[in-house]
Amino acid sequence: MKKQRILVVGNGMVGNKLIDNLIQADHHHIDIMAFSGEPRLAYDRVHLTSYLTGNHAQDLALVDADYYQQHQVHFSLNDKVTQIDPLAQTVTTESGRLESYDKLVLATGSYPFVPPISGNDQEHCHVYRTLEDLDAIKRSSQRSRAGVVIGGGLLGLEAANAIQNLGLETHIVEFAPRLMAVQLDQEGGDLLRRKIEAMGVTVHTQKVTTEIVAGETLRYRMNFNDGSHLETDMIVFSAGIRPQDKLARAADIAVGERGGIEINQYCQTSHANIYAIGECALWQQQIFGLVAPGYQMAKVAAQHILSPEQTTPFTGADMSTKLKLLGVDVASIGEVHGKTEGTLSYTYKDDIEQVYKHLIVSSDKKKIVGVVLVGDTQAYSNLLQIRQNGMPLPNNPSVLILPNLVNDDSAAIGVEALPDKAIICSCFDVSKAAIKQAIISGCVNMADLKASTNASTGCGGCSALAKQVLDSELAKLGVEVNNHLCEHFAYSRQELSDLIRVQQIKTFEALLARYGNGHGCEVCKPTVGSILASFWNDYILQQEHLELQDTNDLYLGNMQKDGTYSVVPRIPAGEITPERLIVLGEVARDFNLYSKITGGQRIDLFGAQLNDLPAIWQRLVDAGFETGHAYGKSLRTVKSCVGSAWCRYGVQDSMECAIDLENRYKGLRSPHKLKFAVSGCTRECAEAQSKDIGVIATDKGWNLFICGNGGMRPRHADLFATDLDTTTLIRYIDRLLMFYIRTADRLQRTSVWLENLDGGIDYLKDIIIDDKLGLGAELEQAMADSISKYQCEWKTTLESPEKRQRFQHFINSSERDDGVQFIEIRHQKSPAPKGNTLEIDKPVTA
Amino acid sequence: MNNWLTICNIIDIAPNTGVCAKVGEKQVAIFFHKRTDALYAISNYDPIGKANVLSRGIIGSIGDRLCVASPLYKQHFDLQTGTCLEDPSVHINVYKVRQNSGLVQIHQ
Ligand code: SRM
Ligand SMILES: Cc1cc2nc3c(=O)[nH]c(=O)nc-3n(C[C@H](O)[C@H](O)[C@H](O)COP(=O)(O)OP(=O)(O)OC[C@H]3O[C@@H](n4cnc5c(N)ncnc54)[C@H](O)[C@@H]3O)c2cc1C
Ligand code: SF4
Ligand code: FES
Repeated sequence: MKKQRILVVGNGMVGNKLIDNLIQADHHHIDIMAFSGEPRLAYDRVHLTSYLTGNHAQDLALVDADYYQQHQVHFSLNDKVTQIDPLAQTVTTESGRLESYDKLVLATGSYPFVPPISGNDQEHCHVYRTLEDLDAIKRSSQRSRAGVVIGGGLLGLEAANAIQNLGLETHIVEFAPRLMAVQLDQEGGDLLRRKIEAMGVTVHTQKVTTEIVAGETLRYRMNFNDGSHLETDMIVFSAGIRPQDKLARAADIAVGERGGIEINQYCQTSHANIYAIGECALWQQQIFGLVAPGYQMAKVAAQHILSPEQTTPFTGADMSTKLKLLGVDVASIGEVHGKTEGTLSYTYKDDIEQVYKHLIVSSDKKKIVGVVLVGDTQAYSNLLQIRQNGMPLPNNPSVLILPNLVNDDSAAIGVEALPDKAIICSCFDVSKAAIKQAIISGCVNMADLKASTNASTGCGGCSALAKQVLDSELAKLGVEVNNHLCEHFAYSRQELSDLIRVQQIKTFEALLARYGNGHGCEVCKPTVGSILASFWNDYILQQEHLELQDTNDLYLGNMQKDGTYSVVPRIPAGEITPERLIVLGEVARDFNLYSKITGGQRIDLFGAQLNDLPAIWQRLVDAGFETGHAYGKSLRTVKSCVGSAWCRYGVQDSMECAIDLENRYKGLRSPHKLKFAVSGCTRECAEAQSKDIGVIATDKGWNLFICGNGGMRPRHADLFATDLDTTTLIRYIDRLLMFYIRTADRLQRTSVWLENLDGGIDYLKDIIIDDKLGLGAELEQAMADSISKYQCEWKTTLESPEKRQRFQHFINSSERDDGVQFIEIRHQKSPAPKGNTLEIDKPVTA
Repeated sequence: MNNWLTICNIIDIAPNTGVCAKVGEKQVAIFFHKRTDALYAISNYDPIGKANVLSRGIIGSIGDRLCVASPLYKQHFDLQTGTCLEDPSVHINVYKVRQNSGLVQIHQ
C-alpha cells in the first residue's frame, strides 16, 4: 500500500506535537515531512525567557534530529514554505523545493504585532518570540541603560521581567487603562501595577506612541499622543500576536475577517485535506494564544488524519491562566469582564498583604463564571476544577476566596470529589482517569507520573494538583506512599532519626539489628552516619562509624575525578591574616597543589594524594587552621561582607556576627550541606538571601532570612523575623537547624524541606518563634550538646598514629597510585585527560 | 604458580570497609565483610569513573548480592563476580582471597 504523505508547515510547539502524535500512533503507513521556518527544530517557546537566565538552546529543545530520523520523519530547516497549490497538492519552499502531499497541516503559529509607528524598525527595536530575538535583545542590552516594553499583556510583562533581569531600568507602556487588560478587571490590574512598580518597573498606561525619534539623554525618544514623551535605549514590542495566515490567504483557503485560518471541529480548513492547528488556526472566531489548546488541536488533527471516523472533535479550550509575573502571582479563570448577564460577584481585598480576589458566579449561585486572583493564587486549582467539571458550589460561595484563617478545609473541594474525566494537566491532556491508570501500571511518585504521562512537564501549573490526585489515589488503593530510605530500612529518614534519638541508638550495627535487614548500602549507611553524628557527634572516623562514611567523609577531603583529594581549611567569614595566607601559599607550593579561591570565600587546594593528606594537614593545623568540612553534609561557610568595621554604609558588625555563627555551627552534621551569609546592611553584598540561613543587618539588629538556595534550583530565602538582637537570632537559628535535622529527608536542602513542610513558613514560625509545640528548650539543648562535642576532625586524626596509617594508597606498600597523572595548565597542575590514566588491570572476560 | 601472597593482618582492615593492595603491578581492592566474616577481592580500577578508587567505596547488599558502590559515580560492582549491576556488560576482575591465621592472603 502506498504510504500516506503528510507535510507539516511550521515546526513550532504544536507542529512538533502533531508529528509526535502521528508517529506514536502509526509510523508505518505514513511518510512525514516537516518544514521549519527557523534554523532549528521545535523548542519550548513557553519557557523562552529561561534562555536569558541560563538555559541553553539545547535545554529548550523539544525534539532532536535523531528522534525524527529514527522515525523516518524528513525535515528541512530554515526553509519557509512560500506557496501552496491546493489543486496539484504541492507546496514550494524558499529553497526551491517542490513537495507533494496527501494531507497538509499548517502549524505556522503567529507573529508579534508591531504597531505601525514611524521609527519602529530601528536597530534596537525588537520583538520577543524566538531564540534569535532574545539573542538580539541580549546584545542590545549590553549597550543600553534603559528599556521599554510596549504592551502590558502577559507577554509584555514577561518581557519586562527579562529586561529588568538584564540589568536595565525598565518601563512598560500600555495603551489600555490597565495591565493584562484581557485577563484582569480594573482593580486586579491596579493592584498588579502597584506590585510591579514596587519592584522598580515603571508602568505608563493610556499611552499611545506616535513616533520613535532620536533621544536627547538616551538613544531614542518615544513621543505619545498626549504630548508627553519617554526616553529609552531599547524597545521591545509586545503588543499582541497575529496569526501567521499569509500562506493560506494566498492559496484561497478561508481566513477570518481579522485573520486566522478557519477550521472546523476536526481542524480541517476550507480544503478538506488541509488542516490548521495551533496559534494560526481560527475556531469559531477564536484564536487560542496558549500551548494547551494547540496541543489539543494537534491531537484531534492527528487522529483525523489516521482514522477520521474515530476522531473526538475539538470543542474549544479553556483560556484560564495562572502565572508568576515579575514575582507577582496572578491568575484568571473564565469570563471576567461582565459579559454574562445577571451575575453575582464576591470580592476579597487585603491592602496590607496586597491581595485581591474576585469571584463571579451565575445568578443562581450554581456556577463559576469568572475569577481574578492577584497576590495569592492558592485557590486557583480548586476554582478551575469546580468550573471545568460543573461541580456544585458551597452554599456560601465566598468561602472559596476567603483566606483560610481557621485552617479547615471546608472550602477545598478535595481531589476525591473530582470526576474521572477532570483534566488535571491541560498541557498534556492528562485526566484523573489517566493518573489512576498510571498508578495501576506501577507509578508511585511524581517522577514516575511525569515519565509515564508527561503530566506537569509543560508549564508546571498543575504540579500541586497532580501530586494531590496521585497521593489520594495511592492512599485509596492502600498503597502507602513509600518514603522508605532504601531496601534495608522500611522507615523514612525522619522516622529513623526519631528511633535513633528516642532509643538512644549509637551505632549502625545496633540500628540494623533492630530495625533493618540485609547489609546496608551507600544510601542508608551515610544517612545513618549523618544522623548519628547530628545527635551524638562522635568522631566520625571512629572504627564502628568508618564503614558509614561517604566518599568524602571517609578521608576528610573531597574526592576529585582522578581519585585525588582537595584540601579546604576553614576560613571563617573569609577573614584571614597575611601570615595564614602565606602558610596556605607555602603548603600549596611545597606539595604542588592546584590553588583556587572558591565561591564560598575561602581557598581550595586540589590534587593531594592520599599519602600526603596527613602531612599537608599537619602543617595547616600547626598554623592554627581547622578543617573546613568541605567534604561533609554540614556547615560549609558563613559568607560575610566587611560590614560596619570598614564599610561606610554598614550598620552592624557583620564580620563578627558571621565569625561567631561559623564557629558555633561548624562541624554540625545535617541532612544536606548548610550555607549561611551575613550582610552589614540592606545592600546585601554577602548575598544572604540565597542561603539556608541569611542574616542582614538593620539599624535595630538583624533580619533573619531562611531556606534560600543557590545551586541547581535557586530559591530566594524567606524573611523569617526582623530586628532581632544577637541572642534571639542565635536562639532561632539553633531551634530551626535542630528541627530541620530531625525532620528533613535525606539530602534535602532547607529550601525543599520548607516547600514540603505542611503549613509552610507559618507553621515554622509557630514552632520556632512562638514555641507552640513546646519544643524550643529541647531543640536548644540538643544543639548545645552537639556544639559541646565539636572537634576538628583533622586534628583528632593527626593525633592518632593508627588513624594516620589509613592515609595510604596501598596497605602493603608506601608507593603512590601510579594511575594519577598530571599535566600543566596556566602554570598549575591539572588532572591528565582520562584516556591517559593507566588501566593496569584489564579484565580478561569481555 | 600457586602461591598465596600475604597482604596484611585482618585487624588492619576496619570492619566492613576496604583497602587497596599492590599485587605485582596490579591494584587489588580487598574488603572485609564483618557481618558474614568474609573477605572479597576485586580490581581497584573503576572502569566507569576511570580511576583507582574502588577500595574506598561503601559496601553493602542489593537484594542478596554483596557489592561495592564506586565512590566516584556510585555504580555497584558485585563483590563475587565483578559484574557492574547498572551495566552488566562491564566486568572487573575478581581474585581469590583468604584469611589464614589472622593474615589476609591473595592468590596470585
Ligand atoms: C570549590 C567550589 C567551587 C569553586 O571552585 O568555587 C565548589 C565545589 C564543589 N561543589 Fe559547590 N562548590 C563551591 C561553592 C558552591 C556554591 C556557592 C556558595 O556556596 O556560595 C554553590 C551554590 C550555593 C548553594 O549551595 O546553595 C554550590 C552548589 C553546589 C551544589 C548544588 C547544591 C544545590 O542545592 O543545588 C552541589 C551538589 C550537591 O551538594 O549535591 C555542589 C557540590 C560541590 C562538590 C562538593 C562536588 C563534589 O562532590 O565533588 C564540589 C567539590 C569541592 C571540592 O572538591 O573541594 N555545589 N557550590 C566552591 C566551594 C565553596 C567552599 O568554600 O566551600
Ligand atoms: C515568551 C513567550 C511566553 C509564552 N508563555 C506561555 C505560557 O506560559 N503558557 C502558554 O500556554 N503559552 C505561552 N506562550 C505561547 C506559546 O508559546 C504558543 O501558544 C505556542 O508556541 C504556539 O505553538 P505553534 O506551534 O502554534 O506556533 P509557534 O510555536 O510559533 O510555531 C510556529 C512555527 O512555524 C514557523 N513558520 C511560520 N510560517 C512558516 C512557513 N511558511 N514555513 C515554514 N515554517 C513556518 C515559525 O517560524 C515557527 O517556528 C508563550 C509565548 C512566548 C513567545
Ligand atoms: S552589605 Fe552593606 S555593609 Fe556590607 S559591604 Fe555591602 S554596602 Fe557595606
Ligand atoms: S498544566 Fe501545564 S504542565 Fe500540566
